[in-house]
Amino acid sequence: MKLKKILSAGVISVLLSQLSACSSLGVKPWERDVLAKDEMALNSAPLDNRLDDHIYFSKEGSSGGRSFAGGGCGCN
Amino acid sequence: MQLKQLANISAALAAASCALLGQQAQAGTVLDDWQFNSAILLYNETDRVSAGEAILTARGDFGDDKFLNLGLVVDALTGASATGAVAQPYVQSFTRPSGRGSYDVAPGVIPLDDTFHDTRVQLDASWEQSLAPNWRVSGGGHLSKEYDYLSMGLNGSLARDFNQKNTTVSLGLGYSHDTISPEGGIAAPFAPMLLRPDFADDNSYQAAFDTTRDRADDTKDTLDVLFGLTQVINRDWLMQFNYSLSMADGYMTDPFKLVSVVNANGEVQQNLYENRPDQRTKHSLYWQNKLHVRGSYLDASYRYMWDDWELTSHTADVKWRLPMGDSWYVEPQFRYYQQSAAEFYQPFMLQAEPLPQYVSADYRIGKMNTYTVGAKFGTKLAQGNELSFRIALYQQTPENDGITAPGVLAEVELYEKVTAVMAQLSYSF
Repeated sequence: MKLKKILSAGVISVLLSQLSACSSLGVKPWERDVLAKDEMALNSAPLDNRLDDHIYFSKEGSSGGRSFAGGGCGCN
Repeated sequence: MQLKQLANISAALAAASCALLGQQAQAGTVLDDWQFNSAILLYNETDRVSAGEAILTARGDFGDDKFLNLGLVVDALTGASATGAVAQPYVQSFTRPSGRGSYDVAPGVIPLDDTFHDTRVQLDASWEQSLAPNWRVSGGGHLSKEYDYLSMGLNGSLARDFNQKNTTVSLGLGYSHDTISPEGGIAAPFAPMLLRPDFADDNSYQAAFDTTRDRADDTKDTLDVLFGLTQVINRDWLMQFNYSLSMADGYMTDPFKLVSVVNANGEVQQNLYENRPDQRTKHSLYWQNKLHVRGSYLDASYRYMWDDWELTSHTADVKWRLPMGDSWYVEPQFRYYQQSAAEFYQPFMLQAEPLPQYVSADYRIGKMNTYTVGAKFGTKLAQGNELSFRIALYQQTPENDGITAPGVLAEVELYEKVTAVMAQLSYSF
């Protein structure tokens, strides 16, 4: 189990380093028309995400990932 | 009863939001540099918890890439919550966690404490600005108060853009200090739930009850660290990877949850208050994709989480926004979640076996899968305002993790599905 976790972390680290090192990724500043749209923002619906995170934090054994896992409520 | 409670919550939230929205008209041009988002959510589980939550956030643009974010959240919960005790083929009596009053549970029914209600108010604020070319920094805090719970926290983040802003690396830190003061105090680990009829008078009951209580309140400190990498793949594809670490130290037992102790025939001999470890370290890997596909927008994410309670989980979340005409869109949403049980989770304890160091029968840390299926409908209004409505069905399916139920427990439901409906109205202006 531990080995599996280390392996998956390793594979992901390699993938990440490949992504950041690869110069063909990305766009020129004048090609950002679509990326600049609100719909393409990573957190395009912040209140939806906030409400969802609160529900799942109080109903499931996991939390966080997108942002901090902290919580801040004694939810039942 | 449920409907009435829900209606009361709806009315209160509607009144609150009208008051908030009403201020916009008076504010006029003074608030031109501010963007407001508001939402009301109603959450209703069949025969269990009902909740209403209202949020208002404001984002002020102070020029030079400087922003102030303010947030106000009010939520109210009411209804019945599973106690952790098992169903029995006969009527069971329970004492409320406060020690005052009792309730009966019908044969074959999973015990729920129906006095559960709370109102919470949260305030948060953060400031963000650029620090130098390609560097951004933010700092903020939150304060959340409910009847028996107080949470205060600080957070900060630093982000650096590389490669013509196609790559962003970020580091976030968060710290929160929570205090819990449950009504009736905090039960000692494995303290028995006492029943008033077992005592001759109120005084002897109260004296015995007091010996089951350790202290009035307790605290929990949480430190969160988040490493993020955002990468533009091409003109239509943006990707994010996060690794987050959350270290909690303090009281993480649920002061209202019980574990039933049963004999060889599955009959409850006693209900004890649960006891969880006072440390938990969680890790998660989160991978999100935003894709533009022929005029539609796909948001697909996956999270893998693991912790030292031996709870692991997989979460897949997909939202697909499809434009309908010039100003409308519809967004189908689907989420699937699967978790393994924490190592100390047990649906019940056997009388013949020694007490473990930790135990909880809270199904929320047991083996479970859940799914959410829903849709959001939105429209863009004049001046960039947006109105949307979201409805979703959420179902939790707790599962047996290979435990054999003895005697009468084989005839009752130990792992009951929970179904909830969520409805949300949002307005941005």
